[in-house]
Amino acid sequence: MSETLRAVIQLLAALLLAPVLLGIVNRVKAVFAGRRGSPLLQAWYDVAKLLGKSAVYSRTTGWVFKAGPVVGLSAMILCVALLPWTGAPTLLAFDGDLVLLVGLLALARFVTIAAALDTGSAFEGMGASREAWFSSLGEPALLVGLASLARIRGSLSIAGVFAGSVDLAAPGGARFVSGPAAFGGAGAVFGGASSAFSGAVMILAAVALFIVFLAENARIPVDDPATHLELTMIHEVMVLDHGGVDLAYIQYGASLKLWVLGGLVVSLLAPRTGSWYLDVAVSLAGLAVVAAATGVVESIMARLRLVRVPQLLVAALAMSALGLCLALVGGPGGQLALTAGGTP
Amino acid sequence: MILLPVLLPAAAAVIAFFIQAHGARRFLLAATAAAHSLLVAWMWVDPARFLALGDWMAMDGLGRLFLGITSALFLAVSLYAVGFLRRESGSTAADSEEGFLFSNTPEALFTACLLGFLSTMTLVTVSTHFGLMWVAIEATTLVSAPLIHYHRHHRSLEATWKYILLCSVGIAVALLGTYFIAAAVPRGSGGVSSLTFGRLVQRASELDARWLKAGFLLLVVGYGTKMGLAPLHAWLPDAHSEAPALVSALLSGALLNCAFLAILRIVAVLGSAGLGEFSRQTLLVFGLASMAVAAGLIIGQGDYKRMLAYSSVEHMGILAVGIGLGGTGDWGALFHAVNHSLTKAALFLLAGNLLAVYGSKRISDVGGALRRVPVTGVLWIAGFFAILGAPPFGAFSSELAILRAAVSSGSWVVVVLYSLFLAAVFAGMIAVLVRMAQGGRAPGSPARGQAVRAGAGHAAGGAPGFGPAESHGLAVAVLAPAREPVLGLISPIVLLAGTLALGLFVPGFLASSLEQAIRLLGV
Amino acid sequence: MTVWIEGFLVVFMITSLWLLGSARLLSCIAAVSVQGVLLAALPLLIGIDAPPWRLFLQAGVSLGLKGIAFPLLLLRAVRSVDARREMEPLVGYSLSLIVGVALLAGSLAAGTRLSLPAQGMPALLVPSAMFTTLTGLFVIVGRRSAIVQALGYLAMENGIAAFGLALAEQEPLLVEMGTLLDAFMAVFVMGITIFHINREFDHIETDRLSSLKDAPE
Repeated sequence: MSETLRAVIQLLAALLLAPVLLGIVNRVKAVFAGRRGSPLLQAWYDVAKLLGKSAVYSRTTGWVFKAGPVVGLSAMILCVALLPWTGAPTLLAFDGDLVLLVGLLALARFVTIAAALDTGSAFEGMGASREAWFSSLGEPALLVGLASLARIRGSLSIAGVFAGSVDLAAPGGARFVSGPAAFGGAGAVFGGASSAFSGAVMILAAVALFIVFLAENARIPVDDPATHLELTMIHEVMVLDHGGVDLAYIQYGASLKLWVLGGLVVSLLAPRTGSWYLDVAVSLAGLAVVAAATGVVESIMARLRLVRVPQLLVAALAMSALGLCLALVGGPGGQLALTAGGTP
Repeated sequence: MILLPVLLPAAAAVIAFFIQAHGARRFLLAATAAAHSLLVAWMWVDPARFLALGDWMAMDGLGRLFLGITSALFLAVSLYAVGFLRRESGSTAADSEEGFLFSNTPEALFTACLLGFLSTMTLVTVSTHFGLMWVAIEATTLVSAPLIHYHRHHRSLEATWKYILLCSVGIAVALLGTYFIAAAVPRGSGGVSSLTFGRLVQRASELDARWLKAGFLLLVVGYGTKMGLAPLHAWLPDAHSEAPALVSALLSGALLNCAFLAILRIVAVLGSAGLGEFSRQTLLVFGLASMAVAAGLIIGQGDYKRMLAYSSVEHMGILAVGIGLGGTGDWGALFHAVNHSLTKAALFLLAGNLLAVYGSKRISDVGGALRRVPVTGVLWIAGFFAILGAPPFGAFSSELAILRAAVSSGSWVVVVLYSLFLAAVFAGMIAVLVRMAQGGRAPGSPARGQAVRAGAGHAAGGAPGFGPAESHGLAVAVLAPAREPVLGLISPIVLLAGTLALGLFVPGFLASSLEQAIRLLGV
Repeated sequence: MTVWIEGFLVVFMITSLWLLGSARLLSCIAAVSVQGVLLAALPLLIGIDAPPWRLFLQAGVSLGLKGIAFPLLLLRAVRSVDARREMEPLVGYSLSLIVGVALLAGSLAAGTRLSLPAQGMPALLVPSAMFTTLTGLFVIVGRRSAIVQALGYLAMENGIAAFGLALAEQEPLLVEMGTLLDAFMAVFVMGITIFHINREFDHIETDRLSSLKDAPE
């Protein structure tokens, strides 16, 4: 199967299956609560329903309010297009697209906040300020984690960094993935790669990424997606005034975000077999596991008090920073070798 | 055999904890102190009998000197303690400053900790291994904490907590320093004997200079906290002012010396490693800093026990300066250690007497001591002169020796600073002395918080003239002579007599011991 | 094998971060206990040149004291004081974590430059020891609760013990036991003092213990 076809299939599958992830999360939560839960495709049904309705625009809003959902959705679709979640290179891959990914996430966040502020309501403004505060802590955690991974993999492209944890098809038996991936286009930025602490760095980055995943997607313990109480909403309150097609875009975009960030975690940890079909199956399974894990976390934990959320995010930052320090110290050009001594 | 002076007080401590009868326990305290002193005297006379315990413990010149000071001091303090405990034990008293009622630690625990204190301090002086010495010094901190907390109220608790935390942290830093010294030893030649003083001094040339220097700095900071060198002295004034007088005497007179001993050991190692210049310079800086801080805080000090505490800081600074200068300074420092211990202990014991009589630690509340408590008053004046380095007391010769060393070293800055700080402290303390010894209380200033003894049946202790005098607060009735317990006076008299004698002539055994000790200090 | 040791040391560093960032007393106690357990197992993993019975004895005593005795003592202190949560510390938790990360970076930078006399030591040993010591010191200075200060002291002792593993060729058994015993006694005495402090003051915030001052005449 040609590369282009693989990339297209990768993109279309992601666009189609993203809302199913949301369905899995809700189903797991329902099972925990002893209910049967909504069908797995419920999110698609909701989007379809909303597409048939018309939006109502308040007189205090302007073009920003209308542009928000559209720009957000476009950004998310671009992110999905950038993510090689099956291991096959995407159509848009280039060196440094990792930074673009983070930038697109930030853009989506920004337009949501801007649209919320545009309503002129104190309610949305409160949500916007909380969102801005928490993301100002979450984004460094994400960036530092990605930096540490980039350091040990020696590449700034998503394909190079998120190339899986173990290469099962490598010549000479299963090996830890290190260095730039052999997939097309992803060149090495740092001379060579790998480090003495690759394993530790990956685990730390994975933990930090998971916490950021929970924070960015408005999951417990950061935010409760099911609540509509003023004191406790963060994401929900920002989209309160949207309706109809706009709301459909927002909800679909949220499920895409879930896919993108979950896909990052899975691509980091999943093993890579030689066959692409097997990789697809493994990645899908991995995403389902991540979604289920999210559901479990949401069911067993309570939401953190708002003053404690920054502490959680700073903890994630500390984890990533530890990973980065280890990557810098142990990686190429670092002081350490994993042999006896340690004399520079 | 050398374990005997360590184990004897330890065993006595355990026994004392379980004895119920107060009288028997106090007797045990005094008896153990006497036995310990006899053992130490025997050690001085016949050292060959006390064989070294492998690489761990041995008696050398430095250790003998400090052990002698410790033992003599403890004997004096234990005599005082008997009287003190008879007076204070079991009673509920009203605090002098704030007036609330408080009780005291059970006497059994107190006595046991006192004896344990003696045991651990002895261990410090006899150990020849840096690791064991560390263990012993940390043990002294832990054993003396309950001693500071004898009067159970919030201020002593605060002082105790600061003491525990600061000293433990300092000593943890010293542990790190010990490990650094161990790292300085070249590989493959380790074993138990690698951290003994003897071996380290012997192989000093093989040791890695960087690790030695780093370790030295950490050890000075760590043990300096225990010794009371500025700026690590923060626990000292609080602990000394809140602890009972006899505990302060032991802390100032014996414990600070033990920490000083630890520092001397490492100085010896660095000296023979050719880093003597570095180590002495460091000590000089710390010493001058301590003297400066003490001088600054003594002037205008309102609490006489705190003042004595700062005086201890100053004298520890003088010791550090002496060692830092070397030459005659070494002799001066060691001799000064002896004199300072004797004098400071005497002063603290006298302060205890004054506190019992006047019921206040504030200098402004104590006046006319010469008339009220004549013997104590005279001794108080003598003690002040002794500690300020006035002839014919011993401290004069030792401080002069250090001054001579400073002059001969050619560093005029040191000479000027040293003299300046000594003068400042002299001025500050003399003013206080005059007020305390001579003046009566100004009419109209009420007798604040006279200690009210709520318990029944205390034989000794001053029962000031109460009654109509209290309500008037006039000087006249308050100056009626109070009863001065004999046991509270014997020890200070003996101690001060000792330091006076040392000022007039240095007995042969002490001189030879000093010589031995100085030789051990190396270059 | 070395990968596991390095991972071990990474977890060791994480426990220090855990201590810095946790607000709940029980969480702090857990962090220091885990640290102690890891430290107890460390000599066995590093492969120190000593008879096995001695290594196991040391590990056993260390484990017993640091993994069981200390937490029990401190839990007793917590229960007697009945303080579940720490009042807002002098340095906030988030700021503590950020300072912790800075200390971590510094320790890693400095620790890897230190040329160790020992051969065969894991590369992360000195940095993690330095980091834990500095963390302990920071906790003592930056927190108010007396119990957390005692925990900071324990963390400091753990860090210094790790240093000892890296630096001292082989401390005699007596000194090791003595060090452990001293730490035990320190925690014991601190626990008792904390109990008294609580009884006396009805709180255990040490920065409110400030009545002793140099009062002018």
